[in-house]
Amino acid sequence: MNSETLSTPPPSLELRGLALHYEGQPLFEGLDLTVQAGRCTALLGASGVGKTSLLRIAAGLAAPDAGTVRANDGLPLPGRVAWMGQQDLLYPWARALENVTLGSRLRGEKPDKARARDLLAAVGLAGRERALPKELSGGMRQRVALARTLYENRPVVLMDEPFSALDAITRATMQELAARLLAGRTALLITHDPMEACRLGHSLYVMAGRPARLGHEIAVPGTPPRAPDDEALLHTQGELMRALLESRAA
Amino acid sequence: MKHIREALRPLVTLFGLLALWWAVAKFTGIPSFLLPGPVAVAKVLAAQSGFLLQNTLVTLVEIVLGLGLGTLFGGSLALAMVFSRGLQRWLLPLLLLSQAVPVFALAPLLVLWLGFGLASKALMAVLIIFFPVTAAFYDGLRRTEPGWLDLARTMGASNITILLHVRLMAALPAFGAGLRIAAAVAPIGAILGEWAGASEGLGYVMLNANARMQTDLMFAALVLLAAMTILLWVAVDVVLKKLLHWAPDT
Repeated sequence: MNSETLSTPPPSLELRGLALHYEGQPLFEGLDLTVQAGRCTALLGASGVGKTSLLRIAAGLAAPDAGTVRANDGLPLPGRVAWMGQQDLLYPWARALENVTLGSRLRGEKPDKARARDLLAAVGLAGRERALPKELSGGMRQRVALARTLYENRPVVLMDEPFSALDAITRATMQELAARLLAGRTALLITHDPMEACRLGHSLYVMAGRPARLGHEIAVPGTPPRAPDDEALLHTQGELMRALLESRAA
Repeated sequence: MKHIREALRPLVTLFGLLALWWAVAKFTGIPSFLLPGPVAVAKVLAAQSGFLLQNTLVTLVEIVLGLGLGTLFGGSLALAMVFSRGLQRWLLPLLLLSQAVPVFALAPLLVLWLGFGLASKALMAVLIIFFPVTAAFYDGLRRTEPGWLDLARTMGASNITILLHVRLMAALPAFGAGLRIAAAVAPIGAILGEWAGASEGLGYVMLNANARMQTDLMFAALVLLAAMTILLWVAVDVVLKKLLHWAPDT
């Protein structure tokens, strides 16, 4: 059940010739990536390889030293991208419902409380609208963050290891929920968890080296969210693990 | 049970100190015109209650006025410095200069300029307290969780909205810490001002009593000053705890 529908079909995201230097050293140069429309692309790689920098550039939060980020429908990207960070990033002074409607309030629009309430119910938090973040568990907070992302109703969703702080069981539940509710959007997911990439991604890339390059596309058969014991998933996970280990050795 | 113990602890400390004071005054043979015992001081407190209360009120008004204005001034200064880098470059040296000049040396000058009345004392209190408020608030405003800022930017919030809705809110616990320090040291400013020249107030009473060897009266004024400072701090603390109930660790 996807409680939100997009008004226009989601664009694909085209990252072309991106370069970024950090303290004089190239983090990546001439990097190309196409995030296909309406599908989830997962990006894996070791810590410090530049995944988060790449995502920040895609989100318009940082400027690359060279290269462009654009949508293939030619329309501007700002205002069409939603962001999920490594933590839930709930504002501690705002109640659950206010955190969900955060975008409206920051843009000076009237918050749509009824829709926020529906979204909280969709992530299993009906009745907790007035809870403060400190009164919620890590998993519940991440659910509020997901509802907040859905409330924005953007065609493109960028996720930076959004479930890395959760325990294994909570993470698995959140992955399913997120895949279900975000289906149909153009998603770029950064993760260091091969299982997560294989459960959620339509296609996977390994980012490795310095300057970093992207490996060949690894397509996962089937539709996300895949069961943890799905045969295609296990096969791809093995392939992915091998690619990650080779990239480390190279 | 735990509440009772917590409420009892300050009382035990208080009575312990009183007993120690009483024992030192009673058994060391220090003459009572140098160190009057608690009983003698209590007698003065009772006998001159009207006079003392009236002067306590004068000092209280000076302190509260100084605290209010100093907080307002310190808070605005911190906001201005965070809002504009140019302003920050101009204001930071001024801020340091204001602390490099010993406030005690300014007291006679302020009395000369502003007279014996309320203004010079309140201004002394302002001078003493605006720095901890500015420093703590400024620090808090600069240390906003970067993820909160990223999130707000991807939601299309303007810089001014981010300052007022995110950074300001996130800095409130730090602001509260500065305010607690301010509440504890504000009386120093008022008393310094009264010592430099006044016709009423607890500092004036203390100075006069000291000159006439009325040590018991001086101690009575000191006890009232201490009690007032503690009550002021507790009041500020209670208000802050209520306002910052959302913060994870207050």
